[in-house]
Amino acid sequence: MSEASADEVQTIVAARALAHTKTVFIGVGRPSTAAILARMVHNPSLVLVYESGAIGAKPFHIPLSIGDGELAATADAVVSVPEMFNDWIGPGRIEVAFLSAAQIDRFANLNSTVIGDYDHPVTRLPGAGGAPEIAANCERVIVVIPHSRRTFVERLDFVTTVGYADGPGARQRLGMRGRGPTAVITDLGVLEPDPSSAQLVLTQLHEGVTVENARDATGWDLAVAEQLSVTEPPSDTELDALRELLAR
Amino acid sequence: MAEIVSLPEAVAELVRDGDSVALEGFTHLIPFAAGHEVLRQGRRELELIRMTPDVLYDQMIGMGAARRLVFSYGGNPGVGSLHRFRDAIEHGWPAPIEIEEHSHAGMANRYLAGAADLPFAVLRGYAGTDLAAHTNVRFIECPYTGERLAAVAALAPDVAIVHAQEADHAGNVQLWGIPGVQKEAVLAATRSLVTVEQIVERLEPRPGAVVIPGWVLDAVALTPRGSQPSYSLGITERDNDFYRRWDAISRDRDAFLAWMAEHVLGEVLVR
Repeated sequence: MSEASADEVQTIVAARALAHTKTVFIGVGRPSTAAILARMVHNPSLVLVYESGAIGAKPFHIPLSIGDGELAATADAVVSVPEMFNDWIGPGRIEVAFLSAAQIDRFANLNSTVIGDYDHPVTRLPGAGGAPEIAANCERVIVVIPHSRRTFVERLDFVTTVGYADGPGARQRLGMRGRGPTAVITDLGVLEPDPSSAQLVLTQLHEGVTVENARDATGWDLAVAEQLSVTEPPSDTELDALRELLAR
Repeated sequence: MAEIVSLPEAVAELVRDGDSVALEGFTHLIPFAAGHEVLRQGRRELELIRMTPDVLYDQMIGMGAARRLVFSYGGNPGVGSLHRFRDAIEHGWPAPIEIEEHSHAGMANRYLAGAADLPFAVLRGYAGTDLAAHTNVRFIECPYTGERLAAVAALAPDVAIVHAQEADHAGNVQLWGIPGVQKEAVLAATRSLVTVEQIVERLEPRPGAVVIPGWVLDAVALTPRGSQPSYSLGITERDNDFYRRWDAISRDRDAFLAWMAEHVLGEVLVR
């Protein structure tokens, strides 16, 4: 078997993060692939929740959209969009939110709205979708995002979704019930918020990646944990399962 | 009371230039055929309302039918950008478009308030985001607990158009699978049209189905495959290949116009 690519490692590490999770809220793309992989390899009873209203979906294929037919057809329950946000997400019934974005800052705030000025955008992105309330109310958030200077920026062009806003205590002041982002999983490593500053700290590197690589791909002066761990390489089981899933 | 009419008749009767129009369907049951009929009839200056503009509003915006867009997620799900949506916002092509954007939770609650004929709905949302400064949302104090909550204004479209699997001869409508916000959109709107895959003698009860009584609707139009390339669970499948292909078709203005002329407007291309 060929060695795992950086993208595969990222997906596999994201799947591991759900090994002991009961419920996860996911969008499309790599977070979705990782959550399905987690069900296959680590946690068969993991409940997948999609904002389209599918609760407990068991997709065999990776869905292209959050509303693919297979999600509704395999779900334990299918609810309306107002019910999903008001009765399931709002009260914090979902444990983990798996989110991505176009930009992230040192407080794990996210931008998925616009690059450039809001009224005269360089690039108009899709916009908020469910992210602001999902990130505010799920018990905790895991961000799965590519690591580069385009995404890891000193200052967001637009705050679509609040991580830790401007520092410790901000979420509480804003009335948010969830704890906020507990991990940012990239193709280079893992960052976690420092409890005293609420700023992201590099805590783990994937095999073969250096601190310099991570610093070069980060648009701010990246803090590095004293005890920096190295990602356990993907097992054959994990890599086989991921490749088989992607080939379905 | 719902009249069962043809799709062209229904659109001609219910949709007028300048209307606020909500064509809803959350990934599932998107009323593509009805949106295309609106374009064929040349409706202009519309305020288009939809949580997820999707390919349908990309087409309507690209054809210049909209003056304003109210939405919460403007992407091609799983594929990437909606290029006509982006071109309109970034470059004003084919015409500048005014936008009002919300979160999904905000939009869903706006429809709920509209359906209930209340002026606004409350939710825990928007706090700390830049959205709050760029959209229509206010914050109020809960009269019981003092908690600060977001208040979003009711949506009351002139017209709501949705698609469903079936209706009976009295115009009672049943849909199942992902129910989205279709019922709320219909109840919030002044006028409403439902296109359906089939007309049946009797609506058979189905788990999780949403039934909309015919007497709250204006028109039902038999429109088989009317949600393609979206889908009607149990009857048609989502054409994911088309959603992928749309990326290339919609990237280029001329390719887009040619595609619309051939596939939607029904014009024969003369070169």
